[in-house]
Amino acid sequence: MVPYIIKRVLHGLMVLLAISLVVFFLLRLTGDPVMALLGQGNPTQEAVAAMQHALGLDQPLWRQLIKFLTDLATGNFGISFRNKQPVMPQLVERMPATMTLAFAGMAVSLLVAVPIGIQSAVRRGKAIDVLGRVFALIGISFPNFWLGIMLMLIFAVKLRWLPASGYQGFKYLILPAVTLGLILSSIITRLIRSAMLDVLRQQYVQTARAKGVAERTVIYRHAFRNALIPTVTFVGLQLGSLLGGTVILEQVFSWPGVGRLALDAISNRDFPMVQGAVLMLSTVMVAINLAVDLTYGFLDPRIKVGGKA
Amino acid sequence: MPERRRISLRRLVTNGPALVGALLVLTAVACAFLAPFITAHDPVNAQLRLRLDPPTWDAASKAHYLLGADAVGRDVLTRIIYGARISLTVGLTATAISLAIGVVLGLLSGYFGGWLDSLIMRIADVQLSFPFILLALVVMAIFGGGLAKLVLVLGITGWVSYARLVRSQVLTVRELDYVQAARSLGASDLRIIVKHVLVNVISSIIVLSTLQVATNILLEAGLTFLGMGVDPSIPSWGGMLADGRNYITNAWWVATFPGFAIMFTVLGVNLLGDWLRDELDPQLRV
Repeated sequence: MVPYIIKRVLHGLMVLLAISLVVFFLLRLTGDPVMALLGQGNPTQEAVAAMQHALGLDQPLWRQLIKFLTDLATGNFGISFRNKQPVMPQLVERMPATMTLAFAGMAVSLLVAVPIGIQSAVRRGKAIDVLGRVFALIGISFPNFWLGIMLMLIFAVKLRWLPASGYQGFKYLILPAVTLGLILSSIITRLIRSAMLDVLRQQYVQTARAKGVAERTVIYRHAFRNALIPTVTFVGLQLGSLLGGTVILEQVFSWPGVGRLALDAISNRDFPMVQGAVLMLSTVMVAINLAVDLTYGFLDPRIKVGGKA
Repeated sequence: MPERRRISLRRLVTNGPALVGALLVLTAVACAFLAPFITAHDPVNAQLRLRLDPPTWDAASKAHYLLGADAVGRDVLTRIIYGARISLTVGLTATAISLAIGVVLGLLSGYFGGWLDSLIMRIADVQLSFPFILLALVVMAIFGGGLAKLVLVLGITGWVSYARLVRSQVLTVRELDYVQAARSLGASDLRIIVKHVLVNVISSIIVLSTLQVATNILLEAGLTFLGMGVDPSIPSWGGMLADGRNYITNAWWVATFPGFAIMFTVLGVNLLGDWLRDELDPQLRV
């Protein structure tokens, strides 16, 4: 178990290193940020040179890279080109907003997907199954930001029940979280349904029924617990697109998360901020994938984590 | 060896959802090709007099555009019809690029194995743990927006699932007796790959590609919505939604209808994809 965890953590670190290299080199191709920083007008040669020196951009590329990597290792993501403040605290400050949205969205999606998915499988071919499948199909067929705009139009602009955008409390979370959750739930519903159908065919389910175990217990205790394994894997892998989805929704709902910070940084050519945001979100993804891997063992004791398969 | 099945037009027409899907896709294709014949209005030129003119059923409508006018007085319906061009172009070409890259890398990886295999699969791992939207945004910000670059970005980043599919198929097929036999009879690597490996994955690839066209249409809309995709002067559904977001309080129609266009098109592609999967490759069913 322990060697396995170490191996997985090392693998995660390699992935993060690769990502930071990709981002470092991609951003060096963006052209000169000094011009963007000095703004309009005609900056003097001296001003440009001074700025380049201040930002370390006059150093050779390999030296910039080494400095970048050693800084990363010590948790220093650099200084923002824009506001001249360290990047890390600004990202950390935005992180709770993004994570709140992501987890609230995940919660909404599970609240919707688990009951519909289970009932769809149990009552296969009945009305709820057909409805569930139509819901699942339509849910993956439009962009989440459009759903966000439509919900905003209905509940904020027309009905005035909820605030359209901003971040000042629970009421502000509802629309973005529901948007994110509904889209995700359409995919998870589909997954739970097929996993349940698979499990319900298994012999141990039939045995449980034959023993006279109550149908409710069969469904939730025997079947659903096993259907959770593929679901958890998938949900973990989906986190990437979930975080991606929050980037767009943060823009739609003016939600002050890391995604919006990253978008602003990209248009401002604020290299260190972009690097920091991408690395921050990637780290979260890698960590969650790792957690998912290690969770298997708890969900399914047959899978010996780290054992030879 | 799974039984090879052919796509039958008759089975398509008799299958309700598949038929709906085909009709939705045909509509989008017709809009893309025949836009100037379907609508008489101009998709690009502004008519400020008709700024945010409501849809025709609204008593205040001046121009009587069916779905109203946008912030500079252009007919929303006309722009939706022309917008089909962007969505379909991006959806199809980006998928084709991913397909080509993924199949080649998957074949190399599975067939030759060794360090090449490890390298390709590690790259795939990294790519999967990268927040895609951010990667695309960074790349678009660096190389500038525009249709061609958008297609390239989506194309280059979408190869992983093809590569994995092809690689696993190669690994299975490589050890089969008849492939070993073909090899000992002196068949070349290329011949084995084409005759024994590719034919076995072709149906899975068709299914995967169809579904990826849908994904690419959605991604294009998202990136354009964020201002990092297609040039705003070209009518595109994502761009229209971005405009519409700004006028949501006083002109609901600008942000509403382009979304339906996206939804119906993507739904059509997905329905077709589901049908193809059932027809060609029932094992791929999720």
